[in-house]
Amino acid sequence: MEQFCHLFRRLDETTRTSQKLEAMRDYFLEAPAPDAAWAVYVLSGRRLKRLVKHGDLRRWSAELAELPDWLFEECYHTVGDLAETIALVLGSGEQESVSGTLTEWFEERILPLGSMKEEGQRLLLQQAWSELGSWSRFVYNKLITGGLRIGVSQRSVIKALSLAYDLEPNVISHRMMGTWEPTPEFFNQLISPDAGETALSQPYPFCLAHALNDPPETLGSLDDWHAEWKWDGIRAQILRRGEEFFLWSRGEELLNERFPELDDDILDLPEGTVIDGEVLGWKDGRVLPFGDLQKRINRKKVGPKIMKDVPIRFIAFDLLEFKGEDIRQQPFAERRSQLEKILATDEESRLMLSPEVIGNDWDELAEERSRSRDLAVEGLMLKKKSAPYEVGRVTGTWWKWKIEPYTIDAVLIYAQAGHGRRASLYTDYTFALWQGDTLVPFAKAYSGLTDAEIRRVDRFIRNNTLERFGPVRSVKAELVFELGFENIQRSTRHKSGVAVRFPRIHRWREDKKPEDADRLGHLLAMMPSEVETITAAEEQG
Amino acid sequence: MIEAASPSASELFTLTDRGLYCEAGDFYIDPWRGVPKALITHAHGDHARWGSEQYLASDQSKPVLERRLGPKSEISSLPYGETLVINGVKVSFHPAGHVLGSSQIRIEKQGQVCVVSGDYKLDPDRTCENFEVVRCHTFVSESTFGLPIYHWPDQQDVFDDMNRWWRENAEEQRPSVIFAYGFGKAQRVLSGLDPEIGPIYCHGAVEKINAAYRECEIDLPPTEYAGRADDKKDWSRAMIIAPPSAQTTTWLRKFGNYASAFASGWMTVRGQRRRRNIERGFVLSDHADWPGLLNAIEQTRAERVYVTHGYKRALVHWLNNHGYQAAELDTMYEGEQDDDRTGDSEEETTES
Repeated sequence: MEQFCHLFRRLDETTRTSQKLEAMRDYFLEAPAPDAAWAVYVLSGRRLKRLVKHGDLRRWSAELAELPDWLFEECYHTVGDLAETIALVLGSGEQESVSGTLTEWFEERILPLGSMKEEGQRLLLQQAWSELGSWSRFVYNKLITGGLRIGVSQRSVIKALSLAYDLEPNVISHRMMGTWEPTPEFFNQLISPDAGETALSQPYPFCLAHALNDPPETLGSLDDWHAEWKWDGIRAQILRRGEEFFLWSRGEELLNERFPELDDDILDLPEGTVIDGEVLGWKDGRVLPFGDLQKRINRKKVGPKIMKDVPIRFIAFDLLEFKGEDIRQQPFAERRSQLEKILATDEESRLMLSPEVIGNDWDELAEERSRSRDLAVEGLMLKKKSAPYEVGRVTGTWWKWKIEPYTIDAVLIYAQAGHGRRASLYTDYTFALWQGDTLVPFAKAYSGLTDAEIRRVDRFIRNNTLERFGPVRSVKAELVFELGFENIQRSTRHKSGVAVRFPRIHRWREDKKPEDADRLGHLLAMMPSEVETITAAEEQG
Repeated sequence: MIEAASPSASELFTLTDRGLYCEAGDFYIDPWRGVPKALITHAHGDHARWGSEQYLASDQSKPVLERRLGPKSEISSLPYGETLVINGVKVSFHPAGHVLGSSQIRIEKQGQVCVVSGDYKLDPDRTCENFEVVRCHTFVSESTFGLPIYHWPDQQDVFDDMNRWWRENAEEQRPSVIFAYGFGKAQRVLSGLDPEIGPIYCHGAVEKINAAYRECEIDLPPTEYAGRADDKKDWSRAMIIAPPSAQTTTWLRKFGNYASAFASGWMTVRGQRRRRNIERGFVLSDHADWPGLLNAIEQTRAERVYVTHGYKRALVHWLNNHGYQAAELDTMYEGEQDDDRTGDSEEETTES
């Protein structure tokens, strides 16, 4: 337990990811397997079912600290975290050393709470609190209440384990899938040497496109190019190898458990198949806005309701491995036709071919592209038919021919300092639009200005601060910026009632006065009324 | 039980729109507007304001007061413990343990004793005289940290942590910046640093006060002015002490990839540190913690307690439930603020 408290302190004392990783790596190397298993369990965000009612925790700690309830509540209100409030009101305690392992603490002082009657809980908790110093008391409370909020995630735990035991993060990711108990056996299996799993689970590096800024005619004859929609979802690779399957995001996050309805369709693929594509929210034959898909991504557990509300599809657009053979060097056209054959077998499948978009010449294709917004896609992708599947962001073979972004003129109203290198510069801005006589915030944006402009805006902010709220300053409504964004969607979480996607600063409109900025109504009017259905004909391409 | 915001007629002072006023002696204590005669508990900006005709403070308060109020101000001083009679009221200054020269002001008339404590702490501090218990009938107490979540750790442990952190940063060739209030906290931090680790630089607002401390023969490690924004030195092993108001200024840019910490009682609460976007928080306060407040109040044996700036309501409610006559006093003192305002206009000095 002492070791774990020390880890917790190291995690809390830094905001730097690299230091958090080092702290976890050290812990995973030093801790005995049973403790390390528990640490993996809690640090990766898994939670025990509620062991004690929070009201009881408050009452019993106030009682032990000899504080009236009103004063405890006053403290809780100031601290804002129950585990921490309890740790603080009980004072620093005599000593910070804690006896017993993390596992012993779980087995003797945490898990038993769940099956105890109130009186037993009270005695156990008050005894533990009295023995512990303020920091270990805080950690103990966090283990009981769950929700550590210490700036680590499953991803960083995986990274730390991979550093500690020299394993591919992908292998650890895969081993951590599904339900498991935090046992020493589990931990030993988690860090066991690679038994060919890397080969099985390794995705290919993704091929990425450049934006096409020149007229498409510069690409030469349309005959050399394959066009398809540029989807706005989660880029992913399906691996179907051996008895296993993997759905990897571009950030190499394993997505299998986020989209369980794909399982059967992926397993139906022939063994030794790797497909590149995009996961999309999809309902009644059309794409759902990205925000809907995001709701699913943000859920830890995917329940039946969200699966019903946001059904998904995997839109396949490339074939990288076929019959266990890496075919990335084959021309796109060949890979594509092989992909079509694989996917043609099952019409009910949630794996769907990305339809080809047809035009007789560039003008006709441009005409098709102009429908993008109605189809809820971002424009067109142009892929050279003769090109292999390349690694990384390539020039000349894949182009994204996006539609022009939406633009709007908005007023800067809040600013916050950046992080790291930009910690002493105000670089994070909140923008607002007019509604009547008030400015309603609707978007935050970080980039798009030159360093010189950032400095000038920074100076303006410092000289025109109206109020400070912690790190945030409200500033005089004076500067107008043209913002670009990709999409717009209704949102109940934003004061403005809408959420815009990928907002960024296009330029500083020094020629405009704040009263010249756009109205919120103007933004609302941009929202596509109804997203068109992509017809079956198009699906068949 | 007194719940009114103004002291009753039997007290030695009243609350006016200029501050605490002793009518019998015709003087004010820590007035927030200009008055003919002002007794000053300590030289922090929210207690020692500009614009009065005459000031009276402790001897050790004088050097800082002079720097802050300007050479034209008429400042006289008294040694701790020495009594002066002003219009029949006995006045004396007693150490409050808050910062250099900080005093509790004791006033007495016809056997009635009132102590106005300004800001105080009970913990030891190498940079000022330690708190002295002064028995009284009426005690005026601050309540900056008047909630039972505040229990100060042992100061030596905090200094050890601070030096360890500095050493680790120095080994990584990363400068260390500690934000600390320029008058008091900064010098207390300095007194705990181990100068073997590397050079110590100070922001101008801090360096100015260091000089006043050295004038009073307070032992501080060697420090150097960190210079203006464009002054560049080898900062890789350096410790830099800067006031909190410097945190968002461009002055810091010259230190590059520095590690940041804040030394304050507020650092008790993790959320406070995170909101400030600071890596480390060192819990070091020049105010009394909850047990300290209760302890001080008890030891004065006061029957009536007036509570100023901080968690007034909570402390008053507690005291009234524990046999005291306590009431809130609405002063304009700010104590240690939990944002980068300090009540201390000096510290707004920017170096860019």
